[in-house]
Amino acid sequence: MSDHEYVPKSKAGKWFNDRLPLLTLGSHLTDYPTPKNLNYWWTFGGILTFCLLTQIITGIVLAMHYVAHADLAFASVEHIMRDVNYGWLIRYIHSNGASMFFLAVYIHIFRSLFYGSYKSPREVIWIIGLLIYLLMMATAFMGYVLPWGQMSFWGATVITNLFSAIPLVGESITTWLWGAYSVDNPTLTRFFSLHYLMPFLILGLVVLHIWALHVPGNNNPVGIEIKKPSKDTVPFHPYITIKDAFALLMFMILFAGFVFFTPNVLGHSDNYIPANPLVTPAHIVPEWYLLPFYAILRSVPDKLGGVILMFGAIFILFVLPWLDTSKVRSAVFRPVYRQFYWIFVADVLMLGYMGAMPAEGIYLVLARVGTVYYFLHFIVVMPVVGFFEKTDPIPMSISEPVLSGGAEPALAKKDNDKI
Amino acid sequence: MSKEEKKVNRRDFLFTASYTVGAVGLGAVIWPLIDQMNPDKAQQALATTEVDISQVEPGKSITVLWRGKPVFLKRRTLDEIAEARAVSMDDLPDPQKDEERVKDGKDEWLVMLGVCTHLGCVPLKDKGDYKGWFCPCHGSHYDVSGRIRKGPAPKNMEIPKFEFVDNNTIKIG
Repeated sequence: MSDHEYVPKSKAGKWFNDRLPLLTLGSHLTDYPTPKNLNYWWTFGGILTFCLLTQIITGIVLAMHYVAHADLAFASVEHIMRDVNYGWLIRYIHSNGASMFFLAVYIHIFRSLFYGSYKSPREVIWIIGLLIYLLMMATAFMGYVLPWGQMSFWGATVITNLFSAIPLVGESITTWLWGAYSVDNPTLTRFFSLHYLMPFLILGLVVLHIWALHVPGNNNPVGIEIKKPSKDTVPFHPYITIKDAFALLMFMILFAGFVFFTPNVLGHSDNYIPANPLVTPAHIVPEWYLLPFYAILRSVPDKLGGVILMFGAIFILFVLPWLDTSKVRSAVFRPVYRQFYWIFVADVLMLGYMGAMPAEGIYLVLARVGTVYYFLHFIVVMPVVGFFEKTDPIPMSISEPVLSGGAEPALAKKDNDKI
Repeated sequence: MSKEEKKVNRRDFLFTASYTVGAVGLGAVIWPLIDQMNPDKAQQALATTEVDISQVEPGKSITVLWRGKPVFLKRRTLDEIAEARAVSMDDLPDPQKDEERVKDGKDEWLVMLGVCTHLGCVPLKDKGDYKGWFCPCHGSHYDVSGRIRKGPAPKNMEIPKFEFVDNNTIKIG
């Protein structure tokens, strides 16, 4: 977003750029003025792009060997694991890659929640991000069905049955989704088709997400609007690219750790049993990244109510920019909200744990408490705290605290370290 | 002025007519793309199953697959039938008499879809607080008549269309 018009140096470059300004785009991306105080929580956008590309590449390769048929799918996955050259590696990267993708996206979302990145003028970035998150969940769910193991089959049964809670048309919708009278071969083949399609829809939304980001520019840990370009910014390349690359390498070490040392720890052993429509596994759980929502679903003793609350837990995020009444973006300067933020983080983690436990006794009670608090945080805490909270003084610019050496910047610095 | 108005009106009409024809055409194109996902002829053809029940002892049950779903065929003891009929309608979330769930004169045979009405898991037999079935997924309890008693499931387990072909054979569907 440099002010001067970009002109390619070479004659051929100029000829091409006049016809398709790709080089101008490249120049914009390279010079893109980025706040100079971005911390490592801002590196997850790049990490997520890496995750998406990894899933697409390994997925395309897996589709060359996988057979989408109820009688053959399970065997074809075992064929990939045992016979295909490096098939085990590619499948483990793909299956663990899904978990890594969600780990990164949750960090990315919670970063946004802490620093108020969803607030004006970045609401559209936030909403596109949530659409990506929804598509990710749909894609991951359908991918988990493809091996046609016990968890695949019964996970598909439970999730598709959520739609049967809709009054009047629920049963018809469920049958339509199945293409049969239960989860069966037609269900598997359409899930495979859609599982292949959706990552490319995500890719398209990622382009829009980044485009929408480049209009106002990045938020930053201090959460103030900055002049671009100015002494508060640095060019994206090489300053941000090198920081992103370092963070990505750290992330890849973790990723490789899962792939090579504990490739099945995030999965469920029951999925190595072929699908059996006559027997439901004794303890049926979704993948870890869906557990908080699963806990919300189970905490309601009413079918339709549970489904509504579960979807509501996601859809309430869409109106978050308008529920948050605070003018100050970053929680660094919001002493009260900051406490509630961490309570909320703990609440979501607790819900995740409750989702993995049987829905009875103390677990059920805690899941209900957690569910109520989840909604209270958005409906009550966010509007009310934003209204009454006395926020800390905000610096005039990113550079100012460093240059003037005041008291507030010390506070800002301390909190950045903690987060 | 009035001449011009007339012209505009005719154009409006043409626009509206074009949009309407376009919308109908779009619908006609989209419908096959949606309907192709509904159960096909091959799925619909699997609509009946015949089951030999001569080997089932009182108090025991068998499970067969019908339309991809399990069907429980339970031969109930006299005690179990009596217990099912003693339940007050007020205790049932989805009130239904046991008599309505079996065929007249064949009271011992309970034939029902072995599918939890919550989210479609297969309940486990002889478990739960009501000596009937218990769904392990989200903790729904069913009684010896397959009626929901406790938990998130909204309805009793469904009774499929079935008939006794003879004393030893049941046809489901």
